[in-house]
Amino acid sequence: MIYSDIAIVGVIFAVFFDLYGVKTALLSKSVFWTSYAIIVPFQLITNWWLTSRGIVTYSPDAIIGTRIAGAPIEDLLFGFALVLSTMSLWVYWGRKGIQPKN
Amino acid sequence: MLKFGYLAMLTFTVVGSFWLELVLKIKVLKRIKRALMSIIPVAIPFLIWDAYAVANGHWKFDPDQILGIYGPFSIPLEEYLFFLIVPMAAIMTIEGVRSVKKHWPVGDEKR
Repeated sequence: MIYSDIAIVGVIFAVFFDLYGVKTALLSKSVFWTSYAIIVPFQLITNWWLTSRGIVTYSPDAIIGTRIAGAPIEDLLFGFALVLSTMSLWVYWGRKGIQPKN
Repeated sequence: MLKFGYLAMLTFTVVGSFWLELVLKIKVLKRIKRALMSIIPVAIPFLIWDAYAVANGHWKFDPDQILGIYGPFSIPLEEYLFFLIVPMAAIMTIEGVRSVKKHWPVGDEKR
């Protein structure tokens, strides 16, 4: 279950980072949830590729065992944390005036 | 061909996202400094996690389906590329949505 534990910590960290760290509050914005809804199907496809072919294999002891499209459910938590943290930082730098669009 | 298994997934992600740069003119690649400043600080803790997980056998990569090039901490090259390409795709996605839904606030608009 260790993957599960770290993945949950990752999500909690990403949520705090967005809401209280860089205060981008993407979690309250349509632009984030729409983007995430676009990303998830692609994540499921790529996860399926990596897991069904055995490119990546997981120790049964590290996961709770629930799988979606072949991949451990923990991967969705991991992906959410990765995507939210990166987008929050992207918006944060933009707000600071680092390479705004025009 | 088997050794390109992981690389194929990364290629798919690049193809699936980088077209937004051309079609929707999102200019993420033109703002590479901001992109890397967003990607690298996030990638570092994830790669530390990766190294820890690999070292402890939480997950492993099939040596036949990767190029066989390893970076620090016995992490395959593909895995390093993953933490560059996937976050880049995420940034391109949010910028793509923004370019279509121009009235939706993102949080970095000029005030």
